[in-house]
Amino acid sequence: MKRSLGLAMLLALSLAPSARAANEADYKAAYAAAEAASKEAAGMRNQWTVTLSALAAAKKAADGGDFDRAVAAAREAEALAKASIFQASSEKEAWKAMEIR
Amino acid sequence: MKVRIHLLLGSLGAALVAFALAAPRVTAADKVDPVADAKAFQNFFFQKFPNVKHEDFVNGPYSMNEDMKRQWQEKEEFPPYEFALDAGKEMLSTPFKNGKTYADCFPNGGIGIRQNYPYFDSGEGKVVTLELALNRCREANGEAPYSYVKDEMASLTAYMAYTSRGKPMDIKIPDDPRALAAYENGKRYFYTRRGQMNFSCASCHVQSPGERIRAETLAPALGILNAMPIYRSEWSGMGTTSRRFVTCNSQTRAVPLEPQSDEYRDVEYFLSYVANGLPISGPGARP
Repeated sequence: MKRSLGLAMLLALSLAPSARAANEADYKAAYAAAEAASKEAAGMRNQWTVTLSALAAAKKAADGGDFDRAVAAAREAEALAKASIFQASSEKEAWKAMEIR
Repeated sequence: MKVRIHLLLGSLGAALVAFALAAPRVTAADKVDPVADAKAFQNFFFQKFPNVKHEDFVNGPYSMNEDMKRQWQEKEEFPPYEFALDAGKEMLSTPFKNGKTYADCFPNGGIGIRQNYPYFDSGEGKVVTLELALNRCREANGEAPYSYVKDEMASLTAYMAYTSRGKPMDIKIPDDPRALAAYENGKRYFYTRRGQMNFSCASCHVQSPGERIRAETLAPALGILNAMPIYRSEWSGMGTTSRRFVTCNSQTRAVPLEPQSDEYRDVEYFLSYVANGLPISGPGARP
C-alpha cells in the first residue's frame, strides 16, 4: 500500500509540470522556435500552407490570452516546418527515383 | 590460407570489374540529355495509353475518358473561352499609349508563334515564357504589367495560342550550359515532392493520369501545357500556365511560388520541351 502510494505520488509529480497552464513566455519561446523553422523551410523554397496556418492560429490564440492553445499551435507549426525541411532535404536526391527514363 | 587470399583477391577483382562496368552508367544517367528524356517521356505515355492517338494527349482528361470527351466536344460548339479570344484579339491589335502594339515586340506580329514559347534567352541566361514576354513588352512601352494568372493575360495568351492551333510544339534548347541547367532545374521541380500531401507534379500527372482525384480526372503530363491557357469551370474563368502551377502547389498544401519565378519558368521549359511535336490546342476548357 505504501509502495503504491509512493508510486502514485511520483506519477503525480512527474505529470505536474505538463499540467501547468502555459504563460506568455512559454508561448514566445514556442513561437520563436516555430518561426525559425518556418523561415528555414521558406529559404529552401518549400514552405507548407499548413505551417503558416498553424503559426497564425498560435498568434491569434496568444492575442486572445489563450496561451495553452497558442503553445500547442506553435509546437504544431514547428513540427510541420521541420517536416517540410526534411522533405526538401531528402528530395534533393529522391526526386530522381520518380524520373521517367 | 592461400585459398583464402585467392578468394579475397578474386572477390576484390570481381567488385572492381562490377564497379568499372557500373560507373559509366551512373555518369550517363546523370548527364543532362533532353532528347533522350523527351523520347522516354513520350514513349511512357504512348505505351501506358496505347489507344490514345498521340496528338490527342494535348486534350488532357478528355483523352483519357470517352464520355468526358463527348461532353467536351459538344461544349466546344460554344466554347467557354470564346469571350477571351475576342478580348485577346482586340487587345493584341490595340495600340499602347505610345502608338506601338504587341506586334512590335514579337516575331510575325505575335501571330502563330505560341509553339516557340518558352525559349531560352542567351542574353539574359534565363527562360522566357510567353506571359513574361507579354508583360515585358508592356513595360517596355510604358504600360503597367498585367496579373500573370488570369483576366487580360489569359485573354492575350488565349488568342495567341488560338493562332497557333495545330502547330507542333517546337521548343529549342541551345547549346548553352545555362539552358541545360534551366531544363534540368525544371525537370527536378516536376519530379520533386512538396507540400504536406507529399505530392510532386508527377504523382498526379505521370503516376495517375486517367484516375480520379476527388471529382476530377487527372490529365497526363504529356502535352499538358499545349492547351494553355484554359477555361476552368472550377475557376469560373480563364487561367494561365502560371495559375495552373500556383493552383497545383496549393492543392498539395505547398505555398506557391511567385508567378514567373525561375522554378516555374524552368518547369514550363521542361514540360514544353518534352511535348515537342504535339500540336498546340489552346485555349482549352477543363472541368
